[in-house]
Amino acid sequence: MAEVTRTRVRPGGAYGPGPAPGALGDSWRTYRMIVGMWIRSTTTYRASFLITLFTNFCVTFFDFVAILLMFGQVKGLGGFTFAEVALLYGTAGTAFGIADLTMGSLQRMGTRVRDGSLDTFLMRPAPLLAQIAGDKFALKRFGRVAQGLFVLIWSLCLLDVAWTPLKVLLLPVAVVSGAVIFGAVMVVGASALFWIQDAAEVTNSFTYGGNTLLQYPPTIFAQDLVRGVVYVVPLAFVNWLPALYVLDRPAPAGVPEWAAFASPLVAAVCCGVAGLAWRAGVRAYRSTGS
Amino acid sequence: MLRLYATVAAGGFRRHATYRVATAAGVFTNSVFGVVLSYTYIALWDERPHLGGYSMDDALAYVWIGQALLTVCGMMGGGFENELIERIRTGDIAVDLYRPADLQTWWFSADLGRSAYQLLGRGVAPMAVGWLAFRFTLPAGPGSWLAFLVAVTLGSTVGFALWYVVAMSAFWLLDGQGVVQVAWLGGLFFSGMLLPLNVFPGALGEVARALPWASLLQVPADVYLGKYQGWGLAGAYAFQGGWALVLLAAGRAVQAAATRKVVVQGG
Repeated sequence: MAEVTRTRVRPGGAYGPGPAPGALGDSWRTYRMIVGMWIRSTTTYRASFLITLFTNFCVTFFDFVAILLMFGQVKGLGGFTFAEVALLYGTAGTAFGIADLTMGSLQRMGTRVRDGSLDTFLMRPAPLLAQIAGDKFALKRFGRVAQGLFVLIWSLCLLDVAWTPLKVLLLPVAVVSGAVIFGAVMVVGASALFWIQDAAEVTNSFTYGGNTLLQYPPTIFAQDLVRGVVYVVPLAFVNWLPALYVLDRPAPAGVPEWAAFASPLVAAVCCGVAGLAWRAGVRAYRSTGS
Repeated sequence: MLRLYATVAAGGFRRHATYRVATAAGVFTNSVFGVVLSYTYIALWDERPHLGGYSMDDALAYVWIGQALLTVCGMMGGGFENELIERIRTGDIAVDLYRPADLQTWWFSADLGRSAYQLLGRGVAPMAVGWLAFRFTLPAGPGSWLAFLVAVTLGSTVGFALWYVVAMSAFWLLDGQGVVQVAWLGGLFFSGMLLPLNVFPGALGEVARALPWASLLQVPADVYLGKYQGWGLAGAYAFQGGWALVLLAAGRAVQAAATRKVVVQGG
């Protein structure tokens, strides 16, 4: 791991004008420090931690049981077999799980904007986004990642795919890019909270809702909906397009085949948009009047 | 005394009615989930028509009833348990116990007000959106709507009773999160939120349909779809009412044990 050598902390890191050199390094170090603190604090009670981790795994697993029950009744869904749906489920679940683990705390920021406790964070000489994302970091959310990986590996054992080096490479790249896309959506959602503090649930419809959507084959949805998640909120790049390529199935909504490899690019663009949204949000922040 | 609880209920209603943006956000989210689930159910019922005794239109109605009742019947959390747990953890509960009002009835009244608001604020709109988009089954007439409303009220009572027992566990555990999570799991899966309980196979289905969580969504939905008539309807109500009584009594018993034995937190 590349250690950041810069020790001087730039005051007001996150919202200073323009991206200062090393801002990313600052963010990463802050985030790691806060996360490390929360991990140490939660793992102090080891038994309690392991139980919550296990429960978390089970909670998300029951979600998959619903799909298992569905396939107890039918052979295929929208022309997809169980193993193929499991691949979609596993890739979406893992990507979303990673995003939820690392950025999930952003969801609760609305309360901090409303009661003004965000001021404390702004006072600290460390990047704001990293502080908020690391705040109350819950390692137990790793349960969701584990469950996603579990289903993903299960599906890979069941599937009969003609593997090529390209496909082998595509899958992990897609999962990581997918996590970044979900993370960017969470940051955009959190940015909106600077203006409307009670709208946190809207983000859920894109994150949790998006995750549910991506677990099923695109063939069962209305084409307009599919086009929406390709061109408007690019969730299709999380797993649909790469997974369809792996499964040798045609891409939906008239998308060219190379789009299956565009996930990292889309993820980068999403990060750019999220960064701009966050910046605008922080600028618009006015503390409580009391 | 009744006036006091009516005031508390009205307060619960008004308190949640204050957050209009949150309500709008919730309606949006429920609608998005409704759309996604509708398509998965269409795919499922396309493959297996009449699965679980539902037609496609029935299944779609089920999806949107689920979205409408999600907060009303507390399938993913009752909306009050975290506050109650926090009061127990900090010791504020001691003040509540001093009040010349019954703790459970107090919280029940407040929750009834909340449910009533959620039904109007977060129930009606997603149902309307869903119907416009998918034209699912509607109840046969005003009588059926009324029967549905009774089932929803009973379901909401069972939901409250369940979460109250969960919250009471905090007297011993202090950190109620583990229990809340398990209850959450039960609520989501065994209420039929993920998949209707009459689609569950064999013994799992039998068990799931007998558990209290069935009162939250499955029974109200079946009442809505007119699956119960005459004495069958009375039986369905008795099932919900029975669980409500059992769980409310359990809540009281746990509360009594807690207030007798447990030393309240606080400095």
